[in-house]
Amino acid sequence: MKLKRSNAPVFWLLFGAGGMLSALFGTALVFLTGIATPLGLMGPNAMSYPRILAFSQNWIGKGFVFAIIMLFAWHAVHRIYHSLHDVGVPLNAFTKLICYGTALVITVVALFALLSIGF
Amino acid sequence: MSRYAAARKGYVRPMQGWWRRDPFFMRYMIREITAFAVLAYAIILVVGVVRLAQGEVAWNGWLAALRSPGAILLHVVLLVSMIEHARSWFEIMPKTMPMMIVGGERVEGSTIMRTGWAVSAVVTVVVVALAWWARS
Repeated sequence: MKLKRSNAPVFWLLFGAGGMLSALFGTALVFLTGIATPLGLMGPNAMSYPRILAFSQNWIGKGFVFAIIMLFAWHAVHRIYHSLHDVGVPLNAFTKLICYGTALVITVVALFALLSIGF
Repeated sequence: MSRYAAARKGYVRPMQGWWRRDPFFMRYMIREITAFAVLAYAIILVVGVVRLAQGEVAWNGWLAALRSPGAILLHVVLLVSMIEHARSWFEIMPKTMPMMIVGGERVEGSTIMRTGWAVSAVVTVVVVALAWWARS
């Protein structure tokens, strides 16, 4: 008998990595990009086009932005998917596709956008 | 179903609003709901990256959208959710990670939790300080 290999560890790993990354960086990033910069606390050019473009063209910056977006998305959908049952939504192929599909779309869009920015 | 079977079935406790019955369930639910904040932020960022790839005008439009009062309010909600996410992430960490043995002794759950909170706080301060140092 051949045992079917489960894909659960992959999703669990993405969930864990995203959970850790968001627990460490989420608070600071939301504060900086969503509150401090829009309110002008970081100066008028903190997230100006040339600066963010240069940051995203650097391979470390690009990798950081990609990791943040991708892992946050996979973490969130995994958690949402497994909470659906608790509010009476059935776990099936459709709900799984909606949840993990969302993360996949976010990942692919982020990848293409970051690659098209160039190095 | 016979009359007797129906009688045997008896009282079935309704599950509606089960998580409001106990503070522990409430905390669980709040923790799970923080996932929506993490997802929302990932979507905000991916939109930003797409706008960045489209050029300066598009990027400035995204920045202007972030300056709207609604966006600021949303980010305040996201900030509170992220703090709660980080707090609860390390709270449950002793239960989700393998047992940790240091010097033959099992590391206490509360030690793991407090270390996680401390590291998270330090990283937050360092990242904000770096951004402040590099402000313009």
